[in-house]
Amino acid sequence: MRILMFGWEFPPHISGGLGTACFGMTQALARAGAEIIFVLPRADRGGANDFLRLASASGALINEEMALRMDEAAQNAWRESIRFLSVDSPIFPYLTPESYAQSVEWLRQQGETYRRRQSGRSFTYELSGGYGPDLMGEVRRYSRLAAAIALRESFDVIHVHDWMTYPAGMLVKALTGKPLVAHIHATEFDRSGENINEQVAGMERAGLMSADRVVAVSHLTRKTVVERYGVPAQKVSVVHNAVARHEVERRYVVPPRIRHEKRVLFLGRVTFQKGPEYFMESARLVLRKMPNVRFFMAGSGDMLPMLIRRAGQLRIGNRFHFAGFLRGEEVDRMFALSDLYVMPSVSEPFGITPLEAMLYDVPVLLSRQSGVSEVLKHALKADFWDTRDMADKICAVLRYPCLAAELVKNCRQEMKSIRWENVAVQLMAIYRDVTGGCQ
Amino acid sequence: MPALCLCFDVHEAYRLRKYTVFDIGQNSVYEDDDRNCDALIAIARSCYLPMTDLLLKLIRRHKKAFKCSFAISGTALDQFEQYAPEVIDGFKALAATGCVEFVSGPSAYSLAFLYSEQEFERQVKEHSLRLKGIFGKKPLAFRNTEFMYSNELAQALKALGFKAILAEGAEHVLGWRSPNYVYTAPGLAEPRLLLRNMLLSEDVSIRFSNRGWSGWPLTTEKFAGWCSGADDADIINLYWDYHAFGMRHDKESGILDFMEAFPAAMLADKRFSFMTPSEAAKKIEPKGEVDVLDLVSWRDNERDLTMWLGNDMQKDAVHALYALDGRVRALGDAGLIHDYERLQTAEHFSNISTKWFTGYLADRSNPFESPYDAYITYMNVLADFEMRLAAAEKAASKKKTAGGRARPPKKKTDAQQKK
Repeated sequence: MRILMFGWEFPPHISGGLGTACFGMTQALARAGAEIIFVLPRADRGGANDFLRLASASGALINEEMALRMDEAAQNAWRESIRFLSVDSPIFPYLTPESYAQSVEWLRQQGETYRRRQSGRSFTYELSGGYGPDLMGEVRRYSRLAAAIALRESFDVIHVHDWMTYPAGMLVKALTGKPLVAHIHATEFDRSGENINEQVAGMERAGLMSADRVVAVSHLTRKTVVERYGVPAQKVSVVHNAVARHEVERRYVVPPRIRHEKRVLFLGRVTFQKGPEYFMESARLVLRKMPNVRFFMAGSGDMLPMLIRRAGQLRIGNRFHFAGFLRGEEVDRMFALSDLYVMPSVSEPFGITPLEAMLYDVPVLLSRQSGVSEVLKHALKADFWDTRDMADKICAVLRYPCLAAELVKNCRQEMKSIRWENVAVQLMAIYRDVTGGCQ
Repeated sequence: MPALCLCFDVHEAYRLRKYTVFDIGQNSVYEDDDRNCDALIAIARSCYLPMTDLLLKLIRRHKKAFKCSFAISGTALDQFEQYAPEVIDGFKALAATGCVEFVSGPSAYSLAFLYSEQEFERQVKEHSLRLKGIFGKKPLAFRNTEFMYSNELAQALKALGFKAILAEGAEHVLGWRSPNYVYTAPGLAEPRLLLRNMLLSEDVSIRFSNRGWSGWPLTTEKFAGWCSGADDADIINLYWDYHAFGMRHDKESGILDFMEAFPAAMLADKRFSFMTPSEAAKKIEPKGEVDVLDLVSWRDNERDLTMWLGNDMQKDAVHALYALDGRVRALGDAGLIHDYERLQTAEHFSNISTKWFTGYLADRSNPFESPYDAYITYMNVLADFEMRLAAAEKAASKKKTAGGRARPPKKKTDAQQKK
């Protein structure tokens, strides 16, 4: 089985859970016998590995004949459903009005943000990857380049991850007639609440509708997709994410000076979706009952300045610390030194970080509005808005050592079944299904 | 001449309300009154009232040849009195027929026997007295919480004057022996041991409505056939959770029809007769001794105590509770003793069980979303209870020392006066 996979992130170039998920998934799929060509916007900066072929869309050559066929196919595949803005418009999945203004300014100064290179009768584009201000333009160019790669390769299934790659998937499906599997890791409604970006949502809907099968990362996401986009329910399968179990390389010893304290961690983007303000409100409530606790907020985002001001306002600044955006070893250390990990997300399609926290034997408290709470029985759960309930549970974990111990013990057991290998088995079944049983 | 000894276990636990760390020291209302009331009224309608009526009808129909017994917990009686007094009237009517025996137990359906001799004794005496007050007869038979039993229980109950103990006839206790005889504990002529016939009992109480079971549908003829298949049995002890009749197996399952036809089907065979537990203890000679070193219960496949004490959270909770035992009784405050008793009910600990799939029967499900929530709530409640206890102790000792301080000045004045 050869899979042509379109993704926007892949380690080491990650900015969120999407890259991590794609890595774990493809690795397990390769072990299950799938041959994968993974097309990234840009793959020239490392990231080579032995289980799949990383292809860089950037720089792929498009010849005239291809361009003609593509234009024709794009007419049919995209016309009704997808409207690319003809002017450069800054689109970023996690954009706010302030940063939008900055991005527009940046675009104006930058002028032409991409180069179209001519070589003989063929041409190509340079892509920058990531989530730059001209994301929509990048998506459009990526689609054409990815299609060019598709026309040269042979494969059985197209598998696309999140809306940035959906237009490419649709285009390739129209060009080759191969079945399309659309994986949805997050919907526009998760990212933006009710203030959705219509253009992104339109692309998401179009991709999901034209896919032969939709894979949602949780029942929560499946519900969103069915209710908000009207995707036929029987077409949507749920395949929960997993976590790659790597041995924790280093043991971190709690420094003696802070041994008498308890530490509670929030780690994620400091944005509306992740519910950081509910974490702070719970912290305030906990500190009224247990003054000997420290709270850490690791991550950056648009709500950070507001929350820093709020911490001062509440006079809890000496107990509530902002660790900024952490990388690599810092993340490991942060997890290892925490007594509890809290994920108060307002809307979380899946949420891999709690599973990572569990690798360090840290008990977790999850919002019920998260996909990961569907697979974790042995975690504490609360509604994100119920800060008293959350505070109650935080106090209990810190106060009763046997509660934390029991949670960790049972979670460790539970983690054994949350594996990418199982995900691969489910995906292989879906591939077989959409290809009509071909091997 | 096999005797049939029926005992219905009647128990209702009080569910705790969502009691958070912010309630500690602020208010001491622990129970979810609305929920307890709704649940009890629902169960009274579907099970208690119709089933009790049916039993009364059966006793009258068979002119007292049909007999049975009830083991009603104190918390169940509390809930009946509080929410559905007509249920008690039904039991009183049964008591008046003289064919129904009432079996004693620890009033709070507690694990007190494991942790506090004095508290166990206090609860048993209190409950026996209460049963005598309501039903007019001093109980002579005993069933411990969840039919828990070991040799030591027999010792303790002998001292309290009981004639019969109802316990689980667990395979790992009986070995090759049959539960269908009367036994005694090692070295004790009394009380007599009446061990439950696990298989036949659970055919009715657990499996009756299970369509996947090879015995389904269970008819009275089929069941009577199985009973008479127990060759030269002296006694067949059938102990059933009362919930089975109308609640666990609903009316549509035909469980009440089964029960209605059951006595006639058994009595048609002249060898069978119905006996109450203390009657059986008196009339049937024991066949030997059964040595039970570790506690057994009637729950789960293991028939042990792991449902209540299987993980560290459960042990922590139960130890934290009984650590207060001496202090509560020494103080003797009626309000605190009442709450202390309620906090001992076995469900508080089984709700913390992490045996997710095996433990719960649908009609006795965990009211909490997870065992962790159950543990957190229970520990919060216990923290508040301990604070109240400490405050009451302080107040009591103040009274004492205040009295003590008041005297010396008096003496002084006496002395001064003398001068």
